[in-house]
Amino acid sequence: MDSQSIATTPEELDRSVLPHAHEHPAFLRHHFEDVGQQREAASFGMWVFLLTEVMFFGGLFCAYLIFRNWYHPAFVAGSNTLDIALGTTNTAVLICSSFTMAMAVYSAEIRRRGQLILFLVLTILLGSVFLGIKAVEYHQKYVEHHIPGPSFSIQDFVHPTNPKAIPLAPDMAEKTQLYFFLYFAMTGMHALHMIIGIALLFIMVARASKGAYTEGHVIPVENFGLYWHFVDIVWIFLFPLLYLISRYR
Amino acid sequence: MSTIVSLPDQATAKLPAKSYLNQEYGLMSWLLTGDHKRIAILYMISISFFFVIGGVLAGLIRLELLTPPSDLMATDTYNKVFSMHGIIMVFLFLVPSVPATIGNFLIPLMVGARDLAFPKINLLSWYLYVGGGIFVLSAMVLGGVDTGWTFTTPLSTHYLNTHVVTAAMGIFLAGFSSIFTGLNFIVTVHRMRCPGMTWFRLPLFVWGHYATSIIMILGTPVLAITLVLVALERTMSIGVFDPTKGGDPLLFQHLFWFYSHPAVYIMILPGMAVISEVISTFSRKRVFGYTAVAFSSVAIAVFGFLVWEHHMFIMGVSQYSALVFSLMTMLVAVPSAIKIFNWSMTLYKGSITFETPMLYAFGFIGLFTIGGLTGIFLATLGMDIHLTETYFIVAHFHFVMVGGMLMAYLAGVHFWWPKMTGRMYPEAISKTAAVITFIGFIVTFFPQFLLGYLGMPRRYAAYPADFQVLNVFSTAGASILGIGYMLPMLYLPWSLIYGQIAGNNPWQATGLEWQIQSPPLTENFVEIPIMDHEAYDYEWLANKTQHEVQTVG
Repeated sequence: MDSQSIATTPEELDRSVLPHAHEHPAFLRHHFEDVGQQREAASFGMWVFLLTEVMFFGGLFCAYLIFRNWYHPAFVAGSNTLDIALGTTNTAVLICSSFTMAMAVYSAEIRRRGQLILFLVLTILLGSVFLGIKAVEYHQKYVEHHIPGPSFSIQDFVHPTNPKAIPLAPDMAEKTQLYFFLYFAMTGMHALHMIIGIALLFIMVARASKGAYTEGHVIPVENFGLYWHFVDIVWIFLFPLLYLISRYR
Repeated sequence: MSTIVSLPDQATAKLPAKSYLNQEYGLMSWLLTGDHKRIAILYMISISFFFVIGGVLAGLIRLELLTPPSDLMATDTYNKVFSMHGIIMVFLFLVPSVPATIGNFLIPLMVGARDLAFPKINLLSWYLYVGGGIFVLSAMVLGGVDTGWTFTTPLSTHYLNTHVVTAAMGIFLAGFSSIFTGLNFIVTVHRMRCPGMTWFRLPLFVWGHYATSIIMILGTPVLAITLVLVALERTMSIGVFDPTKGGDPLLFQHLFWFYSHPAVYIMILPGMAVISEVISTFSRKRVFGYTAVAFSSVAIAVFGFLVWEHHMFIMGVSQYSALVFSLMTMLVAVPSAIKIFNWSMTLYKGSITFETPMLYAFGFIGLFTIGGLTGIFLATLGMDIHLTETYFIVAHFHFVMVGGMLMAYLAGVHFWWPKMTGRMYPEAISKTAAVITFIGFIVTFFPQFLLGYLGMPRRYAAYPADFQVLNVFSTAGASILGIGYMLPMLYLPWSLIYGQIAGNNPWQATGLEWQIQSPPLTENFVEIPIMDHEAYDYEWLANKTQHEVQTVG
């Protein structure tokens, strides 16, 4: 190594560091060498973060796996009380929101500000529709006394009103509470991620309207897109696991 | 005794006119900094604070155990004291100790970058740590937690009326702080290496931290969700860990140890990373078997995820799975032994000098070897039933964590102190401190192996009078150990003002961080360096210094 290249003195510092030798865009952070490195680092960092998110949800999926194996009849009974029409609609809504998000990333890349804002707003709308439908479903569970806790009732599972449902013995019916806890914990954690995502979308709309992402600085939109798709994929797993247990009967 | 220390002429030497320490002034320039070096200093101050609290609690434990009956404090107070000692030392000291301070400071310097990839996330991680610390402290002040640091269910969820949720929230936050540190390290090592810095030219310090970061990002989220479940179980009694509602307390154990066993490798791999640097520098040799040492770090991280059930051998797990986990646990000894043997081979025919970091490193090797080998006892199914939940296990993990990690942390702090501050620590007194620490440690914890083997259980305030002699030894040793830890806390701040000017490279070490001024500039490098030689290439260093003009500003 050339010793001068790393031996540092204040004289050298004044000569070479303070006035940057080359032109660079304003969004380039000082500690990156070039835009390519910044973009690669940000995108890789996002993937690593999503990995930690996978592990975070993984704990809940692990609990689900164990209890579903132990208390399968309770899980079937609990699952069949969910509103499959609302669940399916929500799945479709969320997939559409992923499409609009992908289109937002594309719009940022081709530098069309209006189009970017339009797709970001559409994503906000679809995300809010999802949360709205989820709230309706939660309310149904509240009315039916299916929220775990002191007011939880096993009545519907011991003496089902639906003629096709198989009545459960009281001790197995008690286990539906575990199913509903996992239902609320998993969809609740998912909804929390959606709420955070929508909050971030509002910030991005505000910034996009000032032209922040359509001048070549696509990384934030792209990374947020990854996050949004991840949240979407979590739902793609939650939907069959929670709504579709033994529906064929 | 010969020495390799070469300091500039003290009569003329001055600290550099510009450095990260004097770039900006004022409290806010520290609290809002994005500079990895300043964040490292912030971390160092905060973990020292928590180390003192945890240490005082350890002192209280040893004082209580000086006499057989529980006379110094009530038994439930004792439970709270050892729980807090564990929580603070594990989550607020050991996990962030080397990575968040020395690692934070050095990884960008070692890979030849101007900063970590995400400076703001780095700062956020410190704030999360402080937030976590405040939660844990408030749990302590409000009345304490007495679950032990393991939060064992259903004890923690059903039978205790202490501040479990507050402490769990603190650990949750501190956990995210370590996730962000790990994320930053991984991205930095992948994407920020300077030209010519190939993976196998990275110092082993970076390899060790890379392996640690893998554990941090994969393990810590599982702990986070587990603690959320414990908090929900306590507040809403949802039943996941409650057998009366069909839940499974063992599930908690699986989830908790899925993080907390790998976490002990978070607490030792960065220490091993420090030792590789120190051993190489003070024996003037390239680390023997560089590639093997590098991959052994990764192997420890990978195997570490496959051994968690050995904490549960007495909890009624399947005997067949216990067999597999016992075997896997013994396999972790292989990469650990590779490291120990390779360090020994590095010393072989090296020009060894005995500066303070090297003394701590020798302490590490000896104590870690004992700690590691007694781990094999505990991995053995039959022995484990006799030894688990006794003082044997307490001695075992203190040998690894305190004898290992804390020694390595002190080795690292002394080794890089001149780089961080530009000044040398006082050599004679620090050597004394290293020796006192070693002696104090042995006297404290070796008797505990005997106590455990004889059957003294852990986590009790009282014990039969037969055990008193060994307990008195242990408490006496703890007093010596306390002095050993107090000394650096006194002379290191002293050296900030009165220490000798260190110059760029007091140890004649080869790492990139030693080729720049001490303390470094905020930008680290005037120009991004180009790496054209292997790590630990002392021949390159000798040729380089031949025609280098030393100008310390």
